[in-house]
Amino acid sequence: MSKIGIPRSLAYFIYFPFWKTFFEELNQEVIVSSPTTRDILDDGVREAVNDACIPIKLYHGHVADLASKVDYIFCPRLVSVRKHGDFGTETFCPKFLGLPDMVRLAMDNLPPIIDVRVDLKQGKDELLNVCSQVGELLGKSEAEIKKAYQRALLVQKRFKKLLSQNMMPEEAIEILFANGERKPLLIQPDLQIAVVGYPYAIYDDYINGRILSLLEKENVRVYTQDMLSDKMMNRQARNLPKSMFWYFSNRAVYGALHFMQQKNIDGIIHITAFACGPDSIVDRLLEIEARRHGQIPYLAIAVDEHTGDAGVRTRVEAFLDMLRFRRDKS
Amino acid sequence: MKISFPHMGYSYLALKWLVENTGHECIVPPEPSSRTLDLGVRHAPEFACIPFKILMGTYLEVAEKGAEVILTSGGMGPCRAGLYWVMHQYILDELNTGVKVIAFEPPLCDLKDFIKKLRWVRRTGGLSVKEFVQVLRITWEKIKAIDEVEILSHEIRPYETNRGETTRKLWQALEMLDKANNEAEIQDAMQEGLKLLRDVAQDRSRNPLKIGIIGEIYVVLEPAANHYIQIMLGEMGVQTDRSIYLTSYTRKNTIVNLEGDVFQIAKPYLGEAPIGGHGANSIGETILYARHGFDGVVQLAPFACIPEIVAKSIIPAVSKDYGIPVLTLFIDEQTGKAGVQTRLEAFVDLLEKRREVKAKRGIERLVI
Repeated sequence: MSKIGIPRSLAYFIYFPFWKTFFEELNQEVIVSSPTTRDILDDGVREAVNDACIPIKLYHGHVADLASKVDYIFCPRLVSVRKHGDFGTETFCPKFLGLPDMVRLAMDNLPPIIDVRVDLKQGKDELLNVCSQVGELLGKSEAEIKKAYQRALLVQKRFKKLLSQNMMPEEAIEILFANGERKPLLIQPDLQIAVVGYPYAIYDDYINGRILSLLEKENVRVYTQDMLSDKMMNRQARNLPKSMFWYFSNRAVYGALHFMQQKNIDGIIHITAFACGPDSIVDRLLEIEARRHGQIPYLAIAVDEHTGDAGVRTRVEAFLDMLRFRRDKS
Repeated sequence: MKISFPHMGYSYLALKWLVENTGHECIVPPEPSSRTLDLGVRHAPEFACIPFKILMGTYLEVAEKGAEVILTSGGMGPCRAGLYWVMHQYILDELNTGVKVIAFEPPLCDLKDFIKKLRWVRRTGGLSVKEFVQVLRITWEKIKAIDEVEILSHEIRPYETNRGETTRKLWQALEMLDKANNEAEIQDAMQEGLKLLRDVAQDRSRNPLKIGIIGEIYVVLEPAANHYIQIMLGEMGVQTDRSIYLTSYTRKNTIVNLEGDVFQIAKPYLGEAPIGGHGANSIGETILYARHGFDGVVQLAPFACIPEIVAKSIIPAVSKDYGIPVLTLFIDEQTGKAGVQTRLEAFVDLLEKRREVKAKRGIERLVI
């Protein structure tokens, strides 16, 4: 039995249940890095190339956190998860494409990295292929791998279902693996706000100044794009002159456009990372679209390594005040 | 129809000819100036890369001059340059300029759309297919000729005895090319231009340093964006070789894909290629320059350029393994000419010292 380390960042928030199940079915121990702390962030800033965006630096920090505790670090090269986009070439941000190499070359004393190439647009059995590669590396038989794969698919499906019931990923993961219980929903929310952006920016509490709990305290019901089905989101592709090239960006844009068309949504908050390349396009696009969709209030919060709770709180509170004022006036 | 296009190096000469000879009026994009950049920075998203901002400024400038249509390129990603036109169109609409951006997507991705747009340009200009093909051919010849004279100028500049003479002759050669109207005239103008450059007074006893220029296409091709880095280095007595020319770019990316081998060379360091833009190329080209005995490499990239950041994080390993110093310059609207010059001078000093030490100790490696 070996210990597989999964960094609690980037794709973790969306695909963790699949891989945890897969590895555990193969009798491996899965170790997740601890939730982001100042130390993890500092480690990341030190290890990563200085021009990188904050999520990539953070990822380096999480890898550093795992380095001495595990036998393998699971850092797949995410190339595509579906055939989508105007030319069917949807992929991930170039930094995801080069991630295993960046991590390997930037950091010393790392355990071996499992850097399988995940390119699911190749065909429908591609995910099984990817799993076989990982399983063979761990010396497992074909039958064992197939069984683990099917079990993992099932759990991932349950995870998605929980998300679609307006649950946050961490909460859903608790329910799936630790017999957690569902938090009661707000009975009478004061406002309903859609928070869109990359999973690793929205759900990482430390980096975004705990914005989700802040909103909850303010009696706001929060929706994110991950609560929507793919079908609902992809419908929005028609409303754009050209889809984004990046999977997570497409989700953020489609999600935001979807929420802009919902009457019950009072405002949109876009969480973006400082110096994020794709977001330079996404953010302005959403800003303009929000204006075109009947002036729906739109707030963009850029997070970086210096983001403090107080800064985010001030802006969010001002935004909420504005929404309430607007509502009371009409 | 008043048509304009992005300004990228000296290619505007050929594109101007193309637009004028398809029966349209050409609004020639001005060379990017500080005003262009100011305009672009004001209206572009904060974290957009410098090419986006310069183009934004250029489009607003040509809109002032009355341009109705802007022809530009699209892309298939994952570099965000392929979405430039979408955002530019959004912003131009927000500012009520009434300008329409028409982007040519890579023909390999969407041939139908590519042909449709070409046909639109031809029909609105009132040309027959045969005439249009001829115009395109001549434009291509012109671009090739422009690249020829530019390449030679960078070879000759470090040897010139009167500083600035090569650059003046290059302007003259380009002016002659500008006036040429058919294949024979282009050939004549090119030969004449090459001769002008060869006749520059030179001191061939020099042994100039050799530096390869790699990086993101726009800042590599547009001298106004990279502070005339090749001329600057040339006048410091350095011979430069640029990894990207428009002719090589167009040939490789849209007609035959010859880049496969660069990706293969980069493979030991970067397991995935392409990663958008010229990220993977930068890694492969650093290795190629090292193999060809270059003294150093300068990587040019816009601030926050995604593929080049990936390349930058990997290049130190390449640099160490192949013993070739690499200077990375990230360019944004705050970059000043003096800053670039200081860093280049320091880099060149280092390379010279390195060469001296190498000569003294044989080919022993100097660790930096």
